[in-house]
Amino acid sequence: MFTDALLSGLTMGGMYALIAMGLTLQYGVSRIMNLAYGEFVIGASFIAYVLFVSIGINPLLSLLIIAPLSFAISWLVYRVLLTPLVNRAKTPEALEIDSILSTFGLLFILQGIMLIFFGGNYTSYTYLNVPVDLLGTIIAANKLIVLGFATVIGVSFYLFLVKTRTGTAMRAVAVDPVAAGLVAIDVRWAATLAFALGGVLATTGGVLVSMFLTFNANIGVVFTMKALIVVIMGGAGNVMGAMIAGLVLGLAEAFVATYIDPGLTIASTYAIFLTILLFKPQGIFGRAAS
Amino acid sequence: MNITRDFYITLLSGAFVFLLLSAVPLVVDGYGLSLSIGLANYTILATAWALFSGPTRYISLATVAFYGIGVYTVAVLGEHLPWVLVMVIGVANGVILALIVGLSTLRLAGIYFVIFTFGLTEFIRQIVIWYEVNISGSLGRYVFLEITQEQIYWQLLALMAALFATAFLITRSRLGFALRIIGGDETVAKHMGIDTTRVKLGLFVLSTMFMTIAGIIMAPRWTYIDPSIAFNPQISFQVLVMALLGGMKRFWGPLLGVIPLFMLFEYLNANFPNHFLLLLGIIFMMIVYVLPNGVSGLLERINIPDRVKFWKKQTGGVTP
Repeated sequence: MFTDALLSGLTMGGMYALIAMGLTLQYGVSRIMNLAYGEFVIGASFIAYVLFVSIGINPLLSLLIIAPLSFAISWLVYRVLLTPLVNRAKTPEALEIDSILSTFGLLFILQGIMLIFFGGNYTSYTYLNVPVDLLGTIIAANKLIVLGFATVIGVSFYLFLVKTRTGTAMRAVAVDPVAAGLVAIDVRWAATLAFALGGVLATTGGVLVSMFLTFNANIGVVFTMKALIVVIMGGAGNVMGAMIAGLVLGLAEAFVATYIDPGLTIASTYAIFLTILLFKPQGIFGRAAS
Repeated sequence: MNITRDFYITLLSGAFVFLLLSAVPLVVDGYGLSLSIGLANYTILATAWALFSGPTRYISLATVAFYGIGVYTVAVLGEHLPWVLVMVIGVANGVILALIVGLSTLRLAGIYFVIFTFGLTEFIRQIVIWYEVNISGSLGRYVFLEITQEQIYWQLLALMAALFATAFLITRSRLGFALRIIGGDETVAKHMGIDTTRVKLGLFVLSTMFMTIAGIIMAPRWTYIDPSIAFNPQISFQVLVMALLGGMKRFWGPLLGVIPLFMLFEYLNANFPNHFLLLLGIIFMMIVYVLPNGVSGLLERINIPDRVKFWKKQTGGVTP
């Protein structure tokens, strides 16, 4: 039972970490609190589902279509919808409020479109659902693949941010957009790129989610909520923090579901969130309060 | 002298309007009454929402959490205790929740508050479902109370009158002045010796109290109550859109959003139930991009004298 909970906790935690990394990029670098984030996740799940069921494209291969597509769409969303708000805002707080309201509207539009096409029913498909014996417990092969993929993508993104020039530029914008502009970083470009890459991480997470979970058109907000909690736990804009906090959240949920009551997983998520807000609002790995 | 006279004129004309409104059940049919109840309910929720979120700019997505607490208190206790006592307990529950939320988030930046309220409704709903399934053993509850639709309407009207009076008095009090400063610049407010956290917390509790009471009054309308009815997140979102459309700079602003949108939502829900969410999103976006200050902000901009417009241009928005 313990290894069971550990493995499913690691899988879910890996998913949360991956998805939250995208949100922390969008919030930390682009300064956009994207409440429609979970809709991007679930939108990708639905596209992967349609591609698999109708044409038989393997979900991992469909990433090759979905990732560039979501990059382009997120780029457009930032340029068309959010740039006017960035230009209009007099203070960072005003931008925060405007972006929340605008992406809140986007949430309804995306959710409304998905409801029209797919209805409110739970959807799933079976892909590689074969049992594998690991450390004495049985686990589905698709979950192992998801865990592996989440790790590879998460680590390569982290390396991209830490080791490359572009990644460093984006981190500089996260620290101080004005100072970043002074050292010849194109802040607008970095913010757009971060938003688009955040969208790619969201949809990648969505494709992986569709491989082993059932989902419906209304479930996006749950992913947004959990990603937000992970972002706050890890400290806004802190990618390493998001990865660790995501794993912590996944493990906490799995152990609460196994040992206490599956009905209380959301309550446990909230208990963690509340505790952090009360004692360390800048996040577990955050440096200074904002 | 003039200010005092204006004060009494506003109070008197307000009282007169409410007197007229209280005669509505005598002239309309059943459908008209149910529309009036809906309108009164949303007016209370949107005005109470703007009472806190307008001056502080803390966006609450959890209106229905407090409303639902009121509804559920009636569902659990309504048949066992006298009505007044049910109300007192319901309000106490709401206040406790508001204190927990406020104390943990209001001393932080607004973003934490938004995120927290974003999930609060879902969290409470899960807890109630868990409790009902595991401990009381049934998901829904039946409530049979001898309260007529007319009585619900009159109670709502009384609550609305109290809310408008409170909002009006706040704008004229020291508290209202402190709030305008906090809304302008919180750091400045702190340096002037305003205890910003306490002001925000007090206002939040006050605003959510009205939401809770609205839930208590509305609960007898349903004979069957379950968590997904009491804690329907759509209510929070609709209240937010209504208040935004109306504008929050004046206490009567939300009313201008409630009336058109309530009618529109009734129409959309009846005719396009499958496209409702999509249309709601489009309305939302249009308000954010086209009418960022709401209808009342627009009216104000038209009514501003040229002299003030000139000053605003010269000083970059600061009026003398």
